[in-house]
This record gives sequence, C-alpha cells and structure tokens, in this order.
Amino acid sequence: MTTHLLDVHHLRKVFHVGRAKGRSEELVAVDDVSFSLERNSSLAVVGESGSGKTTTARIIAGLESATGGSIELDGKPLASPDSPRSRRLKAREIQMVFQDPFGSLDPRQKVGACIDELLAAHFDHDKAWRRDRTMELLAQVGLDERHADELPRRLSGGQRQRVAIARALSLEPKLLILDEAVSALDVSVQAQVLNLLSDIRESLDITYLFVSHDLAVVRQISDHCIVMDRGRIVEMGSTESVLDSPAEDYTKQLLDAIPRPGWTPSRRRDLPASV
Amino acid sequence: MTSDRLLSIEGLRVDLPSRSGSRERRTVIHDVTLSVDDGESVGLVGESGSGKSMTTKATMRLLPPGAKVSGGLTFRGESVLDYSRKELAAYRSRKVSMIYQDPRAHTNPLLTIGDFLVEGVVATGQMSRADALDQACALLVDVGVTDAERRMLQYPHQLSGGLLQRMMIVMALMPSPELILADEPTTALDVTVQSEVMAILAEQIRERSLGMLFITHDLDLAAAVTDTLAVMYAGVIVERGPSDEVYSKPRHPYTAALLKSRPSAVKVERLETIPGRPISAYEAGPGCVFAARCPFATEECREVRPALRQVGGRSVACHRAEDIASELFEGLSA
Repeated sequence: MTTHLLDVHHLRKVFHVGRAKGRSEELVAVDDVSFSLERNSSLAVVGESGSGKTTTARIIAGLESATGGSIELDGKPLASPDSPRSRRLKAREIQMVFQDPFGSLDPRQKVGACIDELLAAHFDHDKAWRRDRTMELLAQVGLDERHADELPRRLSGGQRQRVAIARALSLEPKLLILDEAVSALDVSVQAQVLNLLSDIRESLDITYLFVSHDLAVVRQISDHCIVMDRGRIVEMGSTESVLDSPAEDYTKQLLDAIPRPGWTPSRRRDLPASV
Repeated sequence: MTSDRLLSIEGLRVDLPSRSGSRERRTVIHDVTLSVDDGESVGLVGESGSGKSMTTKATMRLLPPGAKVSGGLTFRGESVLDYSRKELAAYRSRKVSMIYQDPRAHTNPLLTIGDFLVEGVVATGQMSRADALDQACALLVDVGVTDAERRMLQYPHQLSGGLLQRMMIVMALMPSPELILADEPTTALDVTVQSEVMAILAEQIRERSLGMLFITHDLDLAAAVTDTLAVMYAGVIVERGPSDEVYSKPRHPYTAALLKSRPSAVKVERLETIPGRPISAYEAGPGCVFAARCPFATEECREVRPALRQVGGRSVACHRAEDIASELFEGLSA
C-alpha cells in the first residue's frame, strides 16, 4: 500500500491549435510528467509561462482532460472528468484556489452564501450546522461574521483570496491546488496569506500542490519542488536542494533572474525562440 | 538649485471628484516630493492604491477631468501645470515617454509593429516616415531584436510578451525623450524575461543618459536597478534616499515592514506581517498615514502628519525615526 496521496504517471496533454482550412497543429503542453505527492506535504511546480505547470494542475483538478497518462489519488485512479457522479465525489477530495480573487468569486453572492452553497450541496446537515461551519471556516482564514454578509466587491484582494481559500477548505479536501494563489496580492498581504497557508497545513491533514513562478514564495511554502520547462520536468527534489544547488541550467537561469541586492539584470544568452 | 532639475515634484497633491457626483473630493495623493536628474533612475515603490501610478499620470497631466492639482511640478525649471496646449503637446510627445505594464493593452492590434513605432513621431512632425522607419529598425537592433525588418511587418499578437515590451521601449525611445516614465514595465513578465527587459532598458537609459522614473511594487527589483528609491504609502512618500541605503537600512517603519514581509530567496522563516491591509490615500486620517498599522505609533503619530525630513542621509516622514532606528534593523538580513 502506497503512502502517496497523489501519483501522476506519464501525464501528457496535447492541444490542437487551430489553423485555417481545418488543418491543426499540435502543441504539446505537458509531456511525460510523472511525480508523486506524499500526504500532508507541499509540492511546488515552478516554471515560466508556457511551461505547462498550470495545465498539469488543471488536469489533476479535473478541469482539463489528459491526452495520456494516469493519475491516482489515494491509490485509486481518478475518474474521467466527464462522469457527473464522480465529479461530485472528486470535489470533496481536490479543491483549487485560483490566482485572481477578483475573477473567482460571484460578484452578486454574499461571502457567507457562497460557502453555504457548497456545504448544502455536499453535506446532509441542517441550516444551523451550515451557518456554524461557515463561521468556523471564515475564522480559520482570519475573517469574521461581518464579512459573511459582504459582497466580494466590498472586500480587499487579500480578503477575497481568504474567502476563496475558505471556500476550498469547506469540502475538507485532501489536496488543495493553489494556482499562483498569492501572485496577485500586495507584498504585505501576500505575507499574511502565506502565513495563513502554513498554519492551515499544520492544523489540518491537507496536502498542497502549489503552482508558482515566484521562487521566493516557493521556498516559503513548499517541501518539494518540480521545475518545468516547455511541458517537461527538468528538475525535481526537495525545495532546499533544488533552489540552493540547482543541477540544471534552466533552474540556474530562473534563480539568477530574481532581483536581489547587488543584482544586475542580464540578457539571456540564448534568446527565446519566440515566433 | 532645483530650477534646472530634469523633473522636480514639490508637495504635489491631487484630489479627484468622487464618483457619486457629489461635490466631495477624494484625495489620491497627499504629498509627493521627488526629483529626477539627467541620467538618474528613481524608483517609486508602493503597494496598490498608494498613488504611484497617479503620480505618473499627474506628471504627464493625464489626470481625469475635474482633478484638482496643487503643489509644484516642473520640468527643466518650467512649470508643467502652467503649460499651454501647444507646450503640453510638445512635452508629452517629445520630452517624456511612457512605458506601461501591459504592452498588449497599449498597442493597436490592427497596426503592424512598424506602423505603431513610427506613428507618434510622424504625426507630430518630428520625422519623415522613411526616416522614422529607419530609426525604428536601428533601435530594434539596439534592443536585441535580430530580424528587425521582419518584426516591423508583424502584428502585436504574433509577438511574445517580452518581445512586445521591447517594442514598447523602442516606441518610448523614438522621439529621443529626456525622461522615461516606466510604470511597472516588467510586472507581467516571467523573471528571466524581466531580467532581460530590465537589462535592455537600463542599458538604453545609461547610453543616452536619460532620467527615469521607475514605478514598481517590487522593492527588490527597484533597489537593484535604481539610484534613488522613494517609498510611497497611501498617497505620501514616507522615505526617500539612495537605493542601496534605503534597502539595507530602512528608516521608516513601513519600508522596514515591507522588507520583512517579503519571502527571502535564501532562507525560510515565518514571515513578519504588517497587520491590516494597505489603505488608500483618501482613507488616511489626519496623522501619519501608516499610524494604524505601525507598531511604533504614538498619540502624536495619530494626530500630526509627519513631514519629510533629513535623517541619516535620506528623507524620512516619521516622528520617531531616531528613536526606533535600531529596532527597525532588527531581523533584517543584510
């Protein structure tokens, strides 16, 4: 019996990029990606835009279908995203928090109601229980009753992202996928949310899959990390070892590009082959 | 002494009419004082709502109708606020150029890169179209675009973000301006591309000894690429001084807190956070704009707004800058 929560085997995703006259070109977004995730660990997937990190996360979350490969959660294969019954069960196991807290909440739904809705759909409990649970969840992310009656537009970016996290936690998922979840936040608010995420992982039995381009944030939040470039994994290992002594040139380039004291920006030797 | 400064902003205050249409105004900038000399890069750093972008808009006189501006804003000793229409057109088209965060939102998708690059200088009669095309080509080569002639015939959607931002740099350089306003020019880019675009921008600025006002939320980036750093919070500049000193030895509690709340690229420890959220300028009380979130705030801080004053080789707007200096450095990694 495996101790892994998540096993990803040879995942592949090909997009067909439309061309004129019915011809299409293949774009391999994710190419032979395999990794596994231990229970209550935190894995970061890093890379530049177009590296396939978000596509990988979306396939695991069931928002995209894979072209090939398999994913196992708790040793059981994840069902295909097409069957509605399994979708409902899967929502209890995997939840996702998105980058933009302004785009991921319904602007006309009050914060309390958007959590209550999920609880009503998935749990067979009465209204009072749902109300208590909603407050408990809001408290867990550092919000309170007053926020439950607010519309998202009345909240700041950091508060909205907390609501998105509370909403994701409401189904007690085993795996929480955070796709650039702190990238859009101001530095001082980002720090609050990062601390909140480490507190949550300590108090709940939850596993993070953290997609980010920000290596400083990755160091803060993850135990292991995967570096992706053009759909392939180029390096993986413990976050510390990958970031302190990167083996691959690509990882080194990423690290060298982070602004820091005494840093001077530099031109890349090989210019990206952009169209 | 300040009269022949390239750009000098003195006690700038901007009030905008409130959206509801009442006569009430919202202050978006309380007090901004900064200057840019020829060949100097000044970083203006702040979180969202701090008024940094509004400062650039005020500098270009691109504020929405009904905005009330007070204070001084001079370019080479001439008051920008008193410019006539004609002078203003010349100022905007030849003397100052802007580079924006999102190049895709600031290019015309229906124009080729070549048309886009020469449009401004041709329309304002600074160059003939043929000359402008030649210059655009030459500048593209300068910023490391190898097949410039082919690029000139392409459309924005055919270019990657980093390449398009280099087009924006070329566009900004076309009229040979004296001052560049760069508003988060690399925020939308990957770090490696950011590094490249910054290198190109810095190189071009240096070669031409242009002044640059560099707006960003990234203190690390600003400290690395600018000479002078101004930190802004809720419409007020709270600290201003040489970049390396402000970065290594902050004297304002907000600057210090910002530095501590950023995850380190080299080690992991629990982040020190600033309680609460960043406020907007119009929410600020009569006292120090940072008082509500400041661990060192006293009664005086909540009542009286501190002015910028000289402390330890830079300007700091804090009543208690001397008392708390040692506490601010605590926990800051060198």
